[in-house]
Amino acid sequence: MCAVAGYFGKGVAPAEAGALLARMTRTLSHRGPDDSGIHVDGEAGLAHRRLSIVGLADGHQPMSDPSDNLVISYNGEIFNYVELRSELISKGRRFRTQSDTEVILHLYDEKGLDCLHDLNGDFAFALWDARRRRMVLARDRVGVRPLFHTQRGDTLFFASEIKALLTVPGIEASLDPFALDQIFTLWAPLAPRTAFQGISELPPGHLMIVEDGRIEQRAWWQQTYPDASDMRPRSDAVEELRALLDDATRIRLRADVPVGSYLSGGLDSSFVSALAARARPERLRTFSLSFDSNEHDESEWQAMMASTLGVEHTTTRCAAGDISRLFPSVIRHVERPILRTAPAPLAKLSALVRDSGIKAVLTGEGADELFAGYDIFREAKLRRFCGRQPSSKFRPLLFQRLYPYLPGLQRQSPEYLARFFGAGDDRIDDPLYSHRPRFRSTSAAKLFFSPELKRELGDYDATAELTSMLPSDFSRWHPLHQAQYLETTFLLPGYILSAQGDRVMMANSIEGRFPFLDPRVIDFAAGLSPDMKLHGLSEKHILKQAAKDLVPEAIIQRPKQPYRAPDSQAFAATPPDYLGEALSEEAIAKGGFFNSAAVEKLKNKVLHQETASFRDDTAFVGVVSTQLWLDTFSAKAD
Amino acid sequence: MADDTKAAIRAFIIENFLFGDDNHPLPDDMSLIDNDLVDSTGILELVGYIEKEFGFKVEDREIVPANLDSIARILAYVDSKRAV
Repeated sequence: MCAVAGYFGKGVAPAEAGALLARMTRTLSHRGPDDSGIHVDGEAGLAHRRLSIVGLADGHQPMSDPSDNLVISYNGEIFNYVELRSELISKGRRFRTQSDTEVILHLYDEKGLDCLHDLNGDFAFALWDARRRRMVLARDRVGVRPLFHTQRGDTLFFASEIKALLTVPGIEASLDPFALDQIFTLWAPLAPRTAFQGISELPPGHLMIVEDGRIEQRAWWQQTYPDASDMRPRSDAVEELRALLDDATRIRLRADVPVGSYLSGGLDSSFVSALAARARPERLRTFSLSFDSNEHDESEWQAMMASTLGVEHTTTRCAAGDISRLFPSVIRHVERPILRTAPAPLAKLSALVRDSGIKAVLTGEGADELFAGYDIFREAKLRRFCGRQPSSKFRPLLFQRLYPYLPGLQRQSPEYLARFFGAGDDRIDDPLYSHRPRFRSTSAAKLFFSPELKRELGDYDATAELTSMLPSDFSRWHPLHQAQYLETTFLLPGYILSAQGDRVMMANSIEGRFPFLDPRVIDFAAGLSPDMKLHGLSEKHILKQAAKDLVPEAIIQRPKQPYRAPDSQAFAATPPDYLGEALSEEAIAKGGFFNSAAVEKLKNKVLHQETASFRDDTAFVGVVSTQLWLDTFSAKAD
Repeated sequence: MADDTKAAIRAFIIENFLFGDDNHPLPDDMSLIDNDLVDSTGILELVGYIEKEFGFKVEDREIVPANLDSIARILAYVDSKRAV
């Protein structure tokens, strides 16, 4: 795990190249504290920061092939590098190192850009092909590893994190109002858009080729599903899934340093930890978060799983004060406004892993997207069920069973429940049907946008832009697969793998590894019939079957508890020193994005009353994080 | 009396659900749900306000959009409860 930075173009004078690249990578030292390097070849510059995990002694980057024609700066892991290396050696290729990095160089030399399809791993890299004088940027299928770019004149600059781009003279931070609207609607900007005006993300599964003065960007992989009319039941699916996950976990234990595992207390991380504990001879180390509040804490289940596996288990307790204390640092790492505090406890967890001497951890991320674990999938099915008989007094009560952890729902009448969830009101042929209630409830927080921002946004509709980005065959997919596509393609890379994943792990130099996001598992899950994933209202049906005899039945059968953290309560419990300044009338007015009078009332309500609603929580965390973003990044431009 | 009650309800909604924005359109018959002014917690806030302000208990079966989803409906509901 590492950091990439570089440029391609005439805008960097040769005498300035070394200093510029050093400055860019210095901002990324948390991603790669073990080593650094630069490579300059005329108009091309590559830089690297290294977290040494595979090929400890000989994995220095940027790395060249023997001819010095190909040079790569790469962030990530290729988990099937052992098999690829053997194949390449059998074809007569000679290797100088034991690293997975060199495998990419040889594979590119052998197959060109098609080599990406052979890679089973998480990666973002820049490859300089001196023969063709072309720069190639590429990113893994689902967007585990980040890669950003911008242009100044005719020169392209790129880096693993945006803060490195901000060290380039002339590139300044300015909050993109349309990105803010997308965050306050969809939870994340729609790639390639980022929170920074003029700075783009290379979308997941995409590559960029810069050659002969032209820039071409295209998808090399896309998530897809079979037509609704073309799905057949499979009798051997449980066994196949178990074998796939077993192998996906096994190859993700490949490292020259110990690999640990997160243990949340839910099915997904328990399953992965069980497979890992079985696959490795030495005792596995597992790590967990616990919370002071009962509604967020899962310690009991974590202890049960740790005891079952006999692992060496370590827990860190996250108090409300930890969340508000860590929040500014989290915003600096995630580099955008967020609507939930959930990334903050995960930053504390990755610090625990680092302090325990572990550099890489397995997690259960991806299972909820691939096997329909999230409540939103069940909610959409239930809304359709209610919509078929709108007068039913019984059906809407099922929403209360769906969300037992939301006390506000438990006292509501069937009429209100149906209205809250739009049951019967939303058009069932709407491509975003599954997500409409979430988008509506999130958008309510835009009430706090300033009149100036509202004027600038005009009639912009983030959901319309999202709809315009859907693939042409989307309408032929089963409704569950449509909902899964929205989660997997947008929220997974845009929020889960970034704000709750890479960015808060790498903040403490920890590499996350995700067996469920093995491309073989992704393809397998996409091909399953919806009923094998969401069986009635039972989520992750096939995964529960595959986990039998490895995970205690009590954990398999426990109601789904989504990972959440205290939001505005975290600030109310222990108001941090920075809050007064961040939300002051002057700071709000200076930022220009929010209505200062409304924010003042929101602050008083959230901090001094006990009635913060979903909308209040969303707005409060969104406003605080936006103000911290402005203070962290755009103040530099002052 | 009805005017005072309506003004009090309106003031509560502006203060708590519009955070003081009295420029926001708020006709008497505007749906609070359809216009994203309240969510499930907001309804319970509204119920708490009515019980405290008007001095009667709102039964669970009365927590329905027909009684609470607009200023006009809240006013009619409060009046009906007072008449009992």
